Amino acid sequence: MIQISLFPVLAPARPLAAIRKAGVTNGRETEGWTWMRHACLRILRKPSIAAFMLLCSAFAAPLAAQHNGARPAAAASPPEDGQWTMPSRDYASTRYSGLNQITRSNVRNLKLAFTFDTLNRKGHEAAPIVVGNMMYLTTPYPNHVWALDLSKGGRAVWVFRPHPAPASQGIACCDVVNRGAMYANGRLFFTTLDGEVFAIDAKSGHQVWRNKIGDISKGETITMSPLVAEGKVLVGNSGGEMGVRGWLAALDAGTGRLAWKAYSTGPDKDVLIGPSFKPYYASDRGADLGVHTWPAEAWKIGGGTVWGWISYDPQLKMIYYGTGNPGPWNAQQRPGDNKWTTGVFARDIATGQARWFYQSSPHDLFDHDDINEQVLLDMPIHGRMTPVLVRPGRNGYMYVIDRRTGQVYSAEAYGFINSMDGVDLATGRVRMVKEKAPKEGRVIRNICPTASGVKDWNPSAFSPRTGLLYVPHENMCMDEGVFEANYIAGTPYVGADVKMYAGPGGHRGVFTAWDPVRAKPVWEIKESLPLWSGALATGGDVVFYGTMDGWFKAIDASAAGGGRLLWQVRLDSGIISQPVSYRGPDGRQYVAVVTGVGGWAGAIVSAQLDPRDPTAALGMVNAMRDLPGRTKPGGTLYVFALPK
Amino acid sequence: MSSPFRNSFLPRALPSLHAGRGRGWVRLSKRRFASLAHPPLAPPLQGGGFIALAFLLALAGCDREQRDMNGQPKAETAAFVPRGDPRSAEYENNAFHIAQGQKWFGWFNCSGCHFHGGGGMGPPLMDDQWRYGGRMEDIVASILYGRPNGMPDWRNKITEQQAWELAAYVKSLSAHPRQDALSARADEMSNTEPQTLQERQKVVPETKAQPSGEEN
Repeated sequence: MIQISLFPVLAPARPLAAIRKAGVTNGRETEGWTWMRHACLRILRKPSIAAFMLLCSAFAAPLAAQHNGARPAAAASPPEDGQWTMPSRDYASTRYSGLNQITRSNVRNLKLAFTFDTLNRKGHEAAPIVVGNMMYLTTPYPNHVWALDLSKGGRAVWVFRPHPAPASQGIACCDVVNRGAMYANGRLFFTTLDGEVFAIDAKSGHQVWRNKIGDISKGETITMSPLVAEGKVLVGNSGGEMGVRGWLAALDAGTGRLAWKAYSTGPDKDVLIGPSFKPYYASDRGADLGVHTWPAEAWKIGGGTVWGWISYDPQLKMIYYGTGNPGPWNAQQRPGDNKWTTGVFARDIATGQARWFYQSSPHDLFDHDDINEQVLLDMPIHGRMTPVLVRPGRNGYMYVIDRRTGQVYSAEAYGFINSMDGVDLATGRVRMVKEKAPKEGRVIRNICPTASGVKDWNPSAFSPRTGLLYVPHENMCMDEGVFEANYIAGTPYVGADVKMYAGPGGHRGVFTAWDPVRAKPVWEIKESLPLWSGALATGGDVVFYGTMDGWFKAIDASAAGGGRLLWQVRLDSGIISQPVSYRGPDGRQYVAVVTGVGGWAGAIVSAQLDPRDPTAALGMVNAMRDLPGRTKPGGTLYVFALPK
Repeated sequence: MSSPFRNSFLPRALPSLHAGRGRGWVRLSKRRFASLAHPPLAPPLQGGGFIALAFLLALAGCDREQRDMNGQPKAETAAFVPRGDPRSAEYENNAFHIAQGQKWFGWFNCSGCHFHGGGGMGPPLMDDQWRYGGRMEDIVASILYGRPNGMPDWRNKITEQQAWELAAYVKSLSAHPRQDALSARADEMSNTEPQTLQERQKVVPETKAQPSGEEN
């Protein structure tokens, strides 16, 4: 029989402890002609509609007075139903829960509702999935799926064990993580580290189908959460450090059979580039650029893996996702722009045909995988509501890109960068700083940001109430020396010795509230450790995130709040997962987060790496040598609610 | 710098990376009893004897359902290279072999997983923990035959001599060989301390394997 051990190792909550204000820069009032105020003011001009007047004044006065007009793409962001069926919450990837029982004034009363131990002690990056009365948790390798009954206090109902190949543990670059399952039409879809996709019945936990689409003997693993839309399950491969060739595959949700597969390198027919491909910038036009922007044959082992987030616009029927770094890291082995790595693809979901592409880091020098989330928003650009995607790029620029065309409207730095000097909006190209480019046979020092970027995979959240994007990210720099890497299938293909450390100011993490319309930060919270957890925004104007030493924090979402800490609690292990919020069977709002430190930044704890070697874990260990003294391995779900 | 795989872009399969896999779901809400297989009944066992046997089998069936959810993975200690190999002493304290091993360690991408001893994808090699044994023969066995949790096998890809030289270098990462054999300078460019300045790590053979997630 199974024993579910509950050990709430909670330090007492310390409400309002260490309240901090950091760098408050309120949005300029003069730009306040937003869609919401616009509409309200137009109605208000007609004096007969008194009811609307009341409604509008209530709506517009406190929030819209500063609201920038950004809102999630309506078709991709359905109304709140109290569930959390995919890690990104909706196709627009807002990670926003409309539930508002937990507010800025009562969040300090949050109490533990229940806990659940996953019995796994590797890095937990997955988001809990909530459907009806059930919650589903996916664990790191060996990728178990737990089903918990929320109407019975979170009791385990079944566990699915897919038994992935143990050898896959040695192929995964950065801990044996998994980023979660997705629910659709009565089924759960998830991936295993050894490259298999599973569909299981959400009620019974029985397998519906499985399809092995990755090959670990080539260095391919799968860590991402699938996105299911229009009857397709979208999954890509990981292994950008192993000389794999990146791809995104679409499987039929009913049968698991391959519908299409789009490679990130190689000839146009493999990349699914056809007549409908209309990139905005000239550098992305031409035949077979996925071959010609590489040395001979290098595209076959050139990376461009797809292991991050996918968004979907049901109106345009387009998916948006980013491609990973080119291989090897040593850029001198691959002269050229290395298409189509480190960029964003827009594709037709039915056929996989590419519509546009934008390359954030042509000829990537620093492992700047472009796989971060794209938040689909409609917001005013030059006074006109425009469908855009907003993405905090790994290279440190906050991109605002037209969803229809791929045109970049703005790309402002949201962290400290000295290896690049802005993005030229006319050509779309990022300007590289020559002195910071790694060269064989020497060590370049103080490159900012690091290979892990200003922000890695951990996703941000967008609140339609404040119009702000909440970005958990890093502030680190590195020394890098590159050398010629040899390709041996199934082994690392990197060619770099790296050593990372804290960036200017000495803090390694930052939580930024970013105004995507005005393209600037509203407030920032400095964190000692790099942030590796996702963010959660809620209708009560409270945002949540976790730190790698196990603090789970609630922050005032408002621009005026300046990043005020409202509540925090210390949990048993560091947090690198994605917090979620849902309405329980009793009608109350819950906030759930999984602990379990690990991942690239936390492998020093979860894999017990030796800090005497500063290059360990691709140089990350040097920056994290204090972590083993601040947290321990874990893997527990914590669920909080207000007292009844 | 010339290297053995310089221009070989064609993927080479590592044949041993696949392992067996099992089946999926386990229902937890009901206690599941293993169905009792009917053994062929010998004549003297009919009647009272049969009932007693059935009772015992039923009890045994209950026992089989015990699941040790917090089970420790077993350390893999099967050595393919017999202990007491004379090459062990020859290579371990030889400066030339250690230096050669350091070269192979970079060329064959060992450093891509283990870095310069601190570990990453693979476990650290500079500490005193040895999942599969810390003797020269154990290390050579790990290199040549691979290990089930991700260490590829290098048989037929490198020579046996290279394997012994690699093992000598691996042992030097924990500063185990004689001081005058250790390298005072790392091949790698900037970041690690010379082994001659490191404290010698005690070798604990066959350390209990570190739990790698939950696997029963």
